[in-house]
Amino acid sequence: MCNETDREAIIRIRRGDKEAYKTIVVRYMKKAFYTALGFSGNFDDALDLSQEAFVRAYKALSRFDTTKPFFPWYYRILRNVCLNFQRKKTRLQEVPIETVKESASQFSEKESFSREIWDAISELGANEREVTVLKYFEGYTCKEIARVLDCPIGTVMSRLYYARKQLKEKLKRIVL
Amino acid sequence: MTSHEKYKILMMKYLDEEITRDEKLEFEEHLRTCSECREEVKDFRKLKEVMKDMRYKRPSDEIWKRYWSSVYNRIERGLGWIFTSIGAIILLIYGGFKGVEGLIKDPGVALIAKVGILAGIAGLAVLFVSVLRERIFISKTDKYSKEVEK
Repeated sequence: MCNETDREAIIRIRRGDKEAYKTIVVRYMKKAFYTALGFSGNFDDALDLSQEAFVRAYKALSRFDTTKPFFPWYYRILRNVCLNFQRKKTRLQEVPIETVKESASQFSEKESFSREIWDAISELGANEREVTVLKYFEGYTCKEIARVLDCPIGTVMSRLYYARKQLKEKLKRIVL
Repeated sequence: MTSHEKYKILMMKYLDEEITRDEKLEFEEHLRTCSECREEVKDFRKLKEVMKDMRYKRPSDEIWKRYWSSVYNRIERGLGWIFTSIGAIILLIYGGFKGVEGLIKDPGVALIAKVGILAGIAGLAVLFVSVLRERIFISKTDKYSKEVEK
């Protein structure tokens, strides 16, 4: 169910009040930014991608179903923006893996571990990486992840299992 | 679902404390007999401990202060670009039409030059339509380019 203030804001936006969108953007900007950070591993890109997704969401707002919550809908837009970005980035520039890792490790604390852990996460497949980031860095429950990704909870748990299994292998030195 | 698959899912629920009482009893019963799962639970717990201490670095507060105005400006600029593009296309078509009309009517321009210029314009029009069609086709079939999947 869409949050009452979100619903009111969306109705006002549909009537042409652009400022009403501020309520929604301010409410979800941090969550959006950190989600994009999970995909991009870079502050500047995360800022750009999350803002771009808000612009696209604004343009698509007429298609939004106000009986449903806003964030999972926005998340799917953001996810597509991020995947598109990653795909173009890979196509346009052959980024050496060390360079990617270097930029990714900017944002994890506990510097002694952060690089190794982020390297392991960034080497996961897209699906496994997504659930890992949502679980560990966003603090979502599996049920919430399933709702956000719009997939069965069993799929989320299965992805989480394989993600953990791979992380355990990659982080043997730290974990075991 | 195989029984092993089932226990993997129960293991995730168990580790994240999202398990029901009955499922917990069933999984703990399984753990007594399965050393492989016991080892995995132990390792995954250690992994969870390590990950628990990790978090994103916080960006400066300036980012949040400027966030909404950046989104607002982008929305506004988007509308600006749409109007500019529409205006440019209309002017281009009108100008092109007038230019071609003038060229055909001008007796001072040699026939061969008229044919050459018209062929060039026709070629550009074909290229434009082709690129436009490709873009539309890609946006319809490329799942990543869609704004909303469902």
